[in-house]
Amino acid sequence: MRYAMAIDTKKCVGCSDCVVACQTENNVPIGYCRDWVVEVTDGTYPQLEIEIRSERCNHCENAPCVRCCPTGASHYADGGIVLVTHNKCIGCGACISSCPYDARYSHPDGYVDKCTFCIHRVEKGLSPACVATCPTKCMYFGDLDDPKSPVSVVLKNRKYKTLIPEAGTKPQLYFLI
Amino acid sequence: MREEIIVSGRMNPNIDPTLHIWHWQIPLYLFMGGLAAGILFFAAYFVIRGKEEEYPTAVRKAPLIVPILLILGLFALFLDLKHKLFFWRLYTVIRLQSPMSWGAWTLMIITPIAFIWAALNIREVFPKWNWKYQWLKDLDGFFRKYKVVLAWVTIFYAVILGVYTGILFSAFNARPLWNTSILGPLFLVSGMSTGAAAIILMSKNHLERKVIAQVDLLLIGVELFLIVHMFMGFLASTQVQIDAANLFLGGPYTAPFWMLVVGIGLVLPAALEGLELLKFKIPYYIPPILVLFGGIMLRFILAYAGQMSRWLY
Repeated sequence: MRYAMAIDTKKCVGCSDCVVACQTENNVPIGYCRDWVVEVTDGTYPQLEIEIRSERCNHCENAPCVRCCPTGASHYADGGIVLVTHNKCIGCGACISSCPYDARYSHPDGYVDKCTFCIHRVEKGLSPACVATCPTKCMYFGDLDDPKSPVSVVLKNRKYKTLIPEAGTKPQLYFLI
Repeated sequence: MREEIIVSGRMNPNIDPTLHIWHWQIPLYLFMGGLAAGILFFAAYFVIRGKEEEYPTAVRKAPLIVPILLILGLFALFLDLKHKLFFWRLYTVIRLQSPMSWGAWTLMIITPIAFIWAALNIREVFPKWNWKYQWLKDLDGFFRKYKVVLAWVTIFYAVILGVYTGILFSAFNARPLWNTSILGPLFLVSGMSTGAAAIILMSKNHLERKVIAQVDLLLIGVELFLIVHMFMGFLASTQVQIDAANLFLGGPYTAPFWMLVVGIGLVLPAALEGLELLKFKIPYYIPPILVLFGGIMLRFILAYAGQMSRWLY
């Protein structure tokens, strides 16, 4: 099993519903976010191109945060989801420094927090809150090992990229381009 | 002109706009750890060479401050933790891939060693010290008997401690400025140099001061060599590392780094120590104070600048 997410940058309008859905679902403290929207404008005026991406933890296959965690609090759960066990985390910040995507933050309660791919929903067969709420249906979630899962199907038919693959983390967030 | 403008909706405290998760505690601890490693290295080295009598400060007096340094450093490290009551989790597991786990266990070994060195030399400060209980006296005798073995173990762990303070940073590929393996040897040499400086400051023996000052001069030379190579490596590397180097080559850390670390912390004390060798009269305490200052600044500036360097995507 290998969970992954694909986000269609052509369909995303940057409404930030995914951000609010996540904050509500996961009780994210005020002023923090586990997912966020990035808008990239690229080109020479007036030939400009805009790419809108909903970003979050990449649940890397070769996760530097799991590698550098001194207590094993950061770990791979079923399906390659990268999780933090709160009562094992000492709040040293090594994983925060190690993440090239800056996807982690220090929760006001002390432990380190981040996107969980809504594992509590996924275990019940639901999709993550951000995917479920997206009004343009631009996000796809599922198991890459299952050729019929929405994410496998869309990745078969579309061109995609990952973010800074050269960092060697093998990210599992795919952006359809 | 082709441009790329990135606008992010993320504004997590201490993460955006630039990472600032490690504050003064980490560089201060790295300084204390490096200094402790340097002092223990020299103490052990002179014991192994059988030169205790010629270098009384390095072998007997300087190790007395090492436990204090380590405890202050560990306390700073503890202050840095954000989930403090769970600190003991560090000692429930050994994780070979995590430099921080290596560091925690190294400190677990080297702190008692430092206490043994201090205990063996406690009569330097309290000449009438009495261990009172027979088993403590036996223990004292035991370590005195096997002092050379203790010195070998000490030198081994002192080097690990010194290198680890650099590896802690260099293991993070997410921070291009830190991601160079030269930081390990650089921090080790810098730690040894500050250790030598502390010995010079504590020493009352003219000959000892002179020899250690020469060693320090050599170490400063090695440090400058490593710093030049660090920048050569960055500039020959990928764009993110070129950008990281540019923090020091025209960027916001240019003046602090080249003035405080290289100028006041390395070149000036080296020049003064050189003049001293040429028989100019220079107060002996000035170069080592500058070296200690440079050691602190090196760690502070690298810790803060490293968090500014990042991948852009």
